[in-house]
Amino acid sequence: MPTLAFDLAHLLAGSMVVSSFVLLYQDRITGVLNVFAVQAVILALAVAFQAWFQDAPHLYVTALIALLVKGIVIPLALHRIVRELGIHREIEKVVGVGLTMLAGLALTALAVLVVLPVTAGAGRIGREDLAFALAVILLGLLMMITRRNAVTQVVGFVSLENGFVLAATGARGMPLVVEISTAFSILIAFIVFGIFLFRIRERFDTVDVHALERFRGD
Amino acid sequence: MGETARLLVLVLPFAAAGLLAFVADHRLGARLNATTAGAALLAAVALLLFERPDVGIYFIVDDLNTAFVLLNCFVGFTTAVFSASYIAHELEIGRLTPTFLRFYHAMYQAMLGSMSLALLSNNVGLMWVGVEVATLVTVLMVGIYRTEPAIEAAWKYFILGSVGIALAFFGTILVYLAAQDALGEGMPALAWNRLLAAAPLFDPQLLDLAFVFLLVGYGTKVGLAPLHAWLPDAHAEGPTPISAVLSGLLLNVALFALLRFKLVMAGNPAALTPGPIMVTMGLLSLTFAALMLYRRRDIKRFFAYSSIEHMGITTFAFGMGGPLANFAGLLHMAMHSLTKSAIFMAVGHVAQVKGTQKIEALKGLGATHPILAWGFAVGVVAIAGLPPFGMFTSEFLVVSSTFARTPWLAIPLVLGLLVAFGVLTLRLVGVVFGPPEGPRTPVHASYVPMFAHLLLVLLAGIWLPDPLVRWFQTIAAQLG
Repeated sequence: MPTLAFDLAHLLAGSMVVSSFVLLYQDRITGVLNVFAVQAVILALAVAFQAWFQDAPHLYVTALIALLVKGIVIPLALHRIVRELGIHREIEKVVGVGLTMLAGLALTALAVLVVLPVTAGAGRIGREDLAFALAVILLGLLMMITRRNAVTQVVGFVSLENGFVLAATGARGMPLVVEISTAFSILIAFIVFGIFLFRIRERFDTVDVHALERFRGD
Repeated sequence: MGETARLLVLVLPFAAAGLLAFVADHRLGARLNATTAGAALLAAVALLLFERPDVGIYFIVDDLNTAFVLLNCFVGFTTAVFSASYIAHELEIGRLTPTFLRFYHAMYQAMLGSMSLALLSNNVGLMWVGVEVATLVTVLMVGIYRTEPAIEAAWKYFILGSVGIALAFFGTILVYLAAQDALGEGMPALAWNRLLAAAPLFDPQLLDLAFVFLLVGYGTKVGLAPLHAWLPDAHAEGPTPISAVLSGLLLNVALFALLRFKLVMAGNPAALTPGPIMVTMGLLSLTFAALMLYRRRDIKRFFAYSSIEHMGITTFAFGMGGPLANFAGLLHMAMHSLTKSAIFMAVGHVAQVKGTQKIEALKGLGATHPILAWGFAVGVVAIAGLPPFGMFTSEFLVVSSTFARTPWLAIPLVLGLLVAFGVLTLRLVGVVFGPPEGPRTPVHASYVPMFAHLLLVLLAGIWLPDPLVRWFQTIAAQLG
């Protein structure tokens, strides 16, 4: 296995984890959106690299979609929504930054500890990529839990989805990846922007999910 | 013939979804909706009767999924008939507009189609896509009233559902990796029948890890405690036909996905046995839901918790395994689907005539709307597990098979059933009897679907036809 390829794959997947951490401590929505766009670009690079490395040209489609939809369209649309709703202010956090970062570290360690021992048989690139991908997924979950804002929850969700695109492309020869990632991008674009945010805006004049939680189930 | 039937089951709903999006007249839309669902039901029956098509890398028709498809198409059809009269009323009182109805009908068919896709696919990736699309479509349906609680419910469902989706997908990737040495690369490596055949060769540790993700991911969709938080809200705030298909169908489809993977796990001797985990989660859901029932004030939320309870019992039975428990689980699932959707049909009309879903405002239904009250009462008696209904048979089988094998597990099981039974009786008496309250306006209800379901449940309780028993026994044996 060529070592340069090996290092590059790890560099890209590792950068995704780092960008997930950067997402965690942003305290302004515009900051979150910019980091999110950067993460999508890194994802596109990582997927393109896998396409070249595995000699699987169809993965270039996934890379292109990641770049266009998640790197450009979604962040621009979210910026627009943020501007129009006037919510540049700080993001309300459920847990403090320090604690969130510690939790993030613990989750990353967990991902590595869970994946590496059980994948001793699998190819080395797939193996570490999988650990990084799981870390990105868990960090995305953490972001969804610790933020109250609908826009940042969406960003958390898409970053979580970035994690599984990374995992799927890292698994050599995995079928349906292109189809699923395409379908996902379209769904996210439609569902989230078209419907939820506008409805939430229409009813509450806020995109703070906290406002939605007055109704306790009884 | 079988090939055509399979194609029709899959294509009809999606074609209708495309068409219904452009049908402006809501009466025509409702009729078209029910007709297509009926045609899909006929195709599903044909799937059962004619020779099965060959297993391909994308689709499979076997005993297990035929049962699910038939149940799905049947409840999909009857609910579509019920939905026609339900939405006519919603339109009248202005809760929905014609534009939204177009959307509603298209989404209804898309949901049925994607559930059939999940059930009929042999490819575990495609199965995931089916469950996923069905979930996202129901998210849209739950939020369709655009009231504050409806949006909250849809949002919660969306977030928890997406997390479930993501974890299930990660689990699927892990299964692919575990199988990689045995099955190689490409599309055939995700074919379920090949996975099953090659299961003994898989990397057991990777398979264990995969199952944990799949269990949490699909378990969220089944509504197993502690992953159930979305379920009561989604049932309570969406249109009632959607509550009926959510409880009756979507939960089953997610459980079906879990069963497929349970079989793969069982094929590998070195991997962990999924049974005990499923038993634990099933018992936890049952006990939790039974305890939560008492405090519910909203009738749809009340029955949503009852759905958690019954999915718990079904998961418990499948977790126990063995021919008898599997048979009981299968029967229980079918009975629950029929009964619960019938109850939601009754509840939907009751909530419409009374103008509220609060249980205390529904008193005296027996005096104001006797036919609805009968339907409601029979449904609740059936769901409480009283003879002579089919749920009594299935619950009896679950309990007795548990007693025969691990008696101490039967204690929490029976306890949960008894608590739920007590609360159901209490609420039944409260709603049907007592001084009449609220408006007495007559209701334009379609009683046929509701009573058809209840009749089937009654029949199953009195007499199960031999072919059906044999069919279920074959499936139970396959489930191991």
